[in-house]
Amino acid sequence: MLTIAMPKGRIFEEALELLRKAGYALPPEFVESRKLMIDIPEEEMRFILAKPMDVVTYVEHGVADLGIAGKDVLLEEERDVYELLDLRISQCRLAVAGLPNSRLNDIAPRVATKYPNVASSYFREQGEQVEIIPLNGSIELAPLIGLADRIVDIVSTGRTLKENGLVEFETIANVTSRLIVNPVSYRMKDEKIDELVERLAAVIANEEKAVL
Amino acid sequence: MSKLFTFEKPLGMRDTLPFLYNVKKRVRQAMAQELEQWGYEFIETPTLEYYETVGTASAIADHQLFKLLDQQGHTLVLRPDMTAPIARLAASRLYQHGNPLRLAYHANVFRAQQREGGRPAEFEQIGVECIGDGTVTADAEVIRLMIAALENVGLERFAVAVGHIGYVNALFVDVLGNEERANVLRRFLYEKNYVGYRHHVKSLPLSSIDQQRLLKLLELRGGTEALARARELVQTEEGKKAVEELEELWHALKLFGVTETIKIDLPLVSHMSYYTGILFEVYADGVGFPLGNGGRYDELLEKFSCKAPATGFGIRLDRLIEALPEAAADNEIECIVFSQERFAEAIQLAEEQRKKGKKVVLQHIAGIGDIDAYSKRYNITYLLGRAGKEN
Repeated sequence: MLTIAMPKGRIFEEALELLRKAGYALPPEFVESRKLMIDIPEEEMRFILAKPMDVVTYVEHGVADLGIAGKDVLLEEERDVYELLDLRISQCRLAVAGLPNSRLNDIAPRVATKYPNVASSYFREQGEQVEIIPLNGSIELAPLIGLADRIVDIVSTGRTLKENGLVEFETIANVTSRLIVNPVSYRMKDEKIDELVERLAAVIANEEKAVL
Repeated sequence: MSKLFTFEKPLGMRDTLPFLYNVKKRVRQAMAQELEQWGYEFIETPTLEYYETVGTASAIADHQLFKLLDQQGHTLVLRPDMTAPIARLAASRLYQHGNPLRLAYHANVFRAQQREGGRPAEFEQIGVECIGDGTVTADAEVIRLMIAALENVGLERFAVAVGHIGYVNALFVDVLGNEERANVLRRFLYEKNYVGYRHHVKSLPLSSIDQQRLLKLLELRGGTEALARARELVQTEEGKKAVEELEELWHALKLFGVTETIKIDLPLVSHMSYYTGILFEVYADGVGFPLGNGGRYDELLEKFSCKAPATGFGIRLDRLIEALPEAAADNEIECIVFSQERFAEAIQLAEEQRKKGKKVVLQHIAGIGDIDAYSKRYNITYLLGRAGKEN
């Protein structure tokens, strides 16, 4: 049995699609219910539905063998897990944004973000010493109400930024979802995991060819 | 900092209560028995060492060390592992005439934790160091011994992943030309970031054959067939030598009869610079983290002015206990509760029972707060009232 931790929401749908293409017989609508744990006995799989930031925790502790997590989460959390495959789904980027023509305040440079570790190491590498203000959501508010000059957040289409009158200044990293594996499971369940990775890799390679 | 509660301990420090203490003792004894039967001799070293020597030589990263100052202003460390102190001791005193030295230890080591502060910062490790033997049979012996010791404790489903850092280095230097570029790739493996590794390889100005060689490294997992594939990827002497060593190791482990448990895993890089040859990690069902690891570290003793090859392993006792089937509480303690007039009789009875190997508490009735609660904890024999009368 393989236990797979998945983030709820869009990534989950896209990942299921990939697994189906890889030939895993998953029922068409098993996300409807509010269940947090779903068993698929035919494929000897169990899915755990979790918050994106928590997926890496489940996998690091080995209560889930595998997980699907955005690169943004992996960069933020730096957990001891194998990052085996780039699934090429849920593409977006971690970016620095703010009000147009604004700059970091000299006296009190502040950056608001859901990604305090990523933000602080990025600005440190730029040689800037900034104060990081951790927020849990609606990060775009911070520059509008004068809490911070810059935000570090996920940008996919850029619509939310635009609607709030913000512009993107720099890209920190490109983000896609990754297949992650617990180091112990990677050895104790190596045959099952290698097979899953191989089948998924073939699907991803095919889709890339189709795009080209 | 907020005011400490009186029961608080420093972050990551734990108490060991009687039940766990007994389990630990039993597991430690079973491991130690096997290590001793292979002729390894137990030693102890100090808890405190100099940062400049043992601290910097250790495989444990600087930010994980607990440091303090002695009265002369020297920086000290709480030992973060046992390998570096044993290397110090072997280099300065025990390693002589170029003859192999087999040492074992069980000791608490100290590592400050960066995240989730409750993770243990002090834990017991048990392991061996085989110093002075550069042959592959020494590598095979420590792996075999680790398996034997774990089996002796009763561990059932576990696996040992075996890699060879010399192979990885030879392949990287052969394809990439220099150590600096090799280091970038090695870091991806160390961080277990295979996606990053592949992206980076594809971004390098290399022939597609060379790119494939680097990408195929990630697939070198499994049994002897993985070794055959490994041989095809390297052309240099160093690379071939590493494959030969692994083949020799496999052969030796086959003679020892333990290849079932072994998984070749060439992309395994468990440290950026410490290991010099064959290295391994051990995993068990039911625990999300490796139980322990080991490998060849031929450059460590040099740091203590004595050139000698060495290999060894260390197992974390806390994780091993987590992997074991839950132990039953087998700690029966008898208790004799007496009143003053039958004290002499109680002493005599206790001595008789202790001679039979029983654990016996001798307790004056007047010292007990709540006899009902007390009798739930022990099997009580009452010697109360006038002598000659039971109960």
